Amino acid sequence: MTADTLPAPLAEIVELFATSEPRDRLELLLDYSHQVPPLPARYAEHPERLEPVPECQSPLFVATEVGPDSRVEIVVDAPLEAPTTRGFAGIFRSALTGLSADEVLAIPGDVTSRLGLAEVISPLRLRGATALLGRIQRQVRDQLGP
Amino acid sequence: MTLPHDTDPKLAEYAHPERLVTTAWLAEHLDDPGLVVVESDEDILLYETGHIPGAVKVDWHTELNDSMTRDYVSAERFAQLMGEKGIGRDTTVVFYGDKSNWWAAYALWVFSLFGHPDVRLVDGGRSKWEAEGRPMTTDAPSRSPADYPVVERDDSRIRAYRDEVLAHLGQPLIDVRSPDEYTGKLLHMANYPQEGALRGGHIPGARNVPWAKAANEDGSFKSRAELQALYGGEAGLQPDDDVVVYCRIGERSSHTWFALTHLLGYDKVRNYDGSWTEWGNAVRMPIEREVDPA
Repeated sequence: MTADTLPAPLAEIVELFATSEPRDRLELLLDYSHQVPPLPARYAEHPERLEPVPECQSPLFVATEVGPDSRVEIVVDAPLEAPTTRGFAGIFRSALTGLSADEVLAIPGDVTSRLGLAEVISPLRLRGATALLGRIQRQVRDQLGP
Repeated sequence: MTLPHDTDPKLAEYAHPERLVTTAWLAEHLDDPGLVVVESDEDILLYETGHIPGAVKVDWHTELNDSMTRDYVSAERFAQLMGEKGIGRDTTVVFYGDKSNWWAAYALWVFSLFGHPDVRLVDGGRSKWEAEGRPMTTDAPSRSPADYPVVERDDSRIRAYRDEVLAHLGQPLIDVRSPDEYTGKLLHMANYPQEGALRGGHIPGARNVPWAKAANEDGSFKSRAELQALYGGEAGLQPDDDVVVYCRIGERSSHTWFALTHLLGYDKVRNYDGSWTEWGNAVRMPIEREVDPA
């Protein structure tokens, strides 16, 4: 699957990062960290409904909801002191929310490596982002059932 | 031209009070010529969300580590980096960062490998500065580039390699990781990725003194008497001991290296930066898993 065949919102983000100067990619990631909204009440009051993503260096929690129309909604939570983690959470939240379950499941696991961030934030810090996508996809699969 | 030392009474108790400054001292000297404040964090974007006015960022991973060999940058690259950051050889460099300064202490240790003369840590780091409501800004600092000489690293005094640690077995070793990493139950801190080592446990004979025991709730260092009780009492270290400290990649143990060397005045402390990601992956290294006898 190439960037062209990724779901449109994700393809746009990949394109945006890939065509930016390395320094600007950090700024972009920071922008996405600002786009993570506060938790909706149904999670703020029940944080145990969020799944931890221990592969991230900083605390990150995610819940994926598949609606009756099979549209996906992503809820993420990460501390303000962890903007890198929040940035990845913001990217996936904005790119994946509203997609169909099948579209989310078809996203290749290595998509985070196409953002051109390895050279500016180190490959080590990308692992958590890949793990976040993996957990989102597993949560979608769990809700679709066998 | 180096800056005057902080004469705060808490700091005066330490063996080398000139290696620490309080947040109050820093606030007062922020605009002094001859000072560069360096922020070094675990999160590479935290600096961009707001930093101490005028502070420059140094990233441990992308700037202090060589991108090919697992090692620190060369003398030439370090000199270039310092020049870009506006740091001269006679600049007073004051470090601070997140997570009780553990990455700041790591950066300070790397600067020490290159023998940068005047390096200091902000007691309490980023969280204490913020908690006190001191100014933060997202404005990029405007620093003129500086000339920094090419000075070769001296790895012999404060850095230990694997073979040296192997030869050191039987002498004091401090494992500063969490108890579960020490006993091999986890390969990384709780809630961190369980990757990076094929075997769990610790280097034979190492005592477990988690690094954070040296820090107060607000991220500042414990008093000299408390540190003495911890390292001299509980861990049984003597000031003239030859000590090796380690963790997973050498960052948390830099914090302990700082406490032992600069706060307690032990002068033969080396940080084994290969740490568990080297030892726990290397073939035929001896490993222990039992609980600390202390």
